[in-house]
Amino acid sequence: MWDSTTINMILEGILQTIYMTVTSTVLGYLLGLPMGVLLTISDKNGLKPNPFLYKVLDAISNIVRSIPFLILLILLIPFTRQIVGQSYGSTATIVPLIICSAPYIARMVEASLKEVDPGVIEAAKAMGAGNTQIVFKVLLVEARTSLVTNATIALGSVLGYSAMAGTVGGGGLGDIAVRYGYYRYQTDIMLVTVVLLIVLFQIFQNSGMAVAKKLDHTKKS
Amino acid sequence: MHEIEVKNLSKSFIEKDIRVDALSNINLTVEKSDIYGIIGMSGAGKSTLIRCFNYLERPTSGQVIINGKELGQLNENELRAERTKIAMIFQHFNLLQQKNVIDNVIFPLTIQGVKKSEARAKAFELLATVGLEEKANAYPSQLSGGQQQRVAIARALASNPRILLCDEATSALDPQTTASILSLLKRINKETGITIVLITHQMSVVKAICNKVAVLEAGELVESGNIEDVNLPEDKYFWIDGDSHLKKRKDQVNNRKEVADYVG
Ligand SMILES: Nc1ncnc2c1ncn2[C@@H]1O[C@H](COP(=O)(O)OP(=O)(O)O)[C@@H](O)[C@H]1O
Ligand SMILES: [Mg+2]
Repeated sequence: MWDSTTINMILEGILQTIYMTVTSTVLGYLLGLPMGVLLTISDKNGLKPNPFLYKVLDAISNIVRSIPFLILLILLIPFTRQIVGQSYGSTATIVPLIICSAPYIARMVEASLKEVDPGVIEAAKAMGAGNTQIVFKVLLVEARTSLVTNATIALGSVLGYSAMAGTVGGGGLGDIAVRYGYYRYQTDIMLVTVVLLIVLFQIFQNSGMAVAKKLDHTKKS
Repeated sequence: MHEIEVKNLSKSFIEKDIRVDALSNINLTVEKSDIYGIIGMSGAGKSTLIRCFNYLERPTSGQVIINGKELGQLNENELRAERTKIAMIFQHFNLLQQKNVIDNVIFPLTIQGVKKSEARAKAFELLATVGLEEKANAYPSQLSGGQQQRVAIARALASNPRILLCDEATSALDPQTTASILSLLKRINKETGITIVLITHQMSVVKAICNKVAVLEAGELVESGNIEDVNLPEDKYFWIDGDSHLKKRKDQVNNRKEVADYVG
């Protein structure tokens, strides 16, 4: 049974999983990062408090996060079909993955930026820095280690969700695991895909943490 | 024209429906090249007052006039431009932890859009002034407190400010380091004519370098004037600090002498 078709299928599964996970996390960041920045600056002790904007973003992020991923995926099927042209396969899975991950990423970005020492922000203000300069030259720079750490965590979670999407034909390793392991009782294939998912997770995790460590200058060296 | 003029300044904070009057009706003037000390106990309102000097804190009422310009009349951009001429250093240095020393010193210049090469040249000059050229590529976490404060001073001087505000700038430092930072401030004041306002809870600091002093008590200015003329409540403010209240009195007397000797 370990013929070349199976091996090719697994190889393709690996590529699809990497494609879904990385693309979704990157695009999720493209949405989540600005959302996190806005949450940070519009909060009551932020650079430009705006209770209305904060409440709106806060509500969006809480609502999306409270919907279980599989249900979100199904809810989004019409929307996904509009954008991608179909509602199954790895490209289609990217749509719900982005929408699910963006609010999580926004929250993590918010937490990272709020960790920046208020004294440093105050020093920048005293030098005549404007809010935009403070965001780009102080907040995002000082928080970069924590941002990369959180991006790594996000990447790991998205990997997990992408596998979950396999239960409804989402493509990738998760899809293979469900089709062969669950529907056809080919436990060996399922085990292989599970091991591969674990290996991918470790690779993502270790490279992310290595980057974060390299960027960090707050520890004595 | 006065360098800094504070007129009838009051500041209250509202917190959970309770009003805290942090400053009431403060009047003081600082002249060009003064080293003006503001002394008071913890919670007296010193930080609030000095933060009004660059409008990091907006007074509830009253005026702050810097070199003839009333800060309250300025719009956001004018205020930011004015702040580039009023530098500030802090108790905990507040350096950017992820930037090395030279980039920290360059920082205020990049904010103003100064060319990188020009900014670097200026920054190296300033690192020489504070005696830290060889640390240009070090990160703040690799420096001692005194070294970090020197970097902060170099950073503060980068935009050629007229005024330097010091919020408890030596309070986190030991007596020897305090003395060396104070003598550095004094030297910069002599060489450049920069006006220095420093707030402290340590009488020794005031005695070491200030030519004028004001005493702040519970948000009110109870005394102010030339250091020789002001009746300084020696016992009350002497080396008091938040947690080691009046502790090790004898050592402190010696420390104070040391600081005074060192600064000369
Ligand atoms: N942002 C703020 N909100 C509420 N109260 C404040 C704030 N800043 C300062 N205060 C209060 O104002 C008083 C003076 O504080 P501060 O200026 O920090 O004193 P000092 O620097 O002399 O120790 C204190 O009672 C403090 O609790
Ligand atoms: Mg204070």
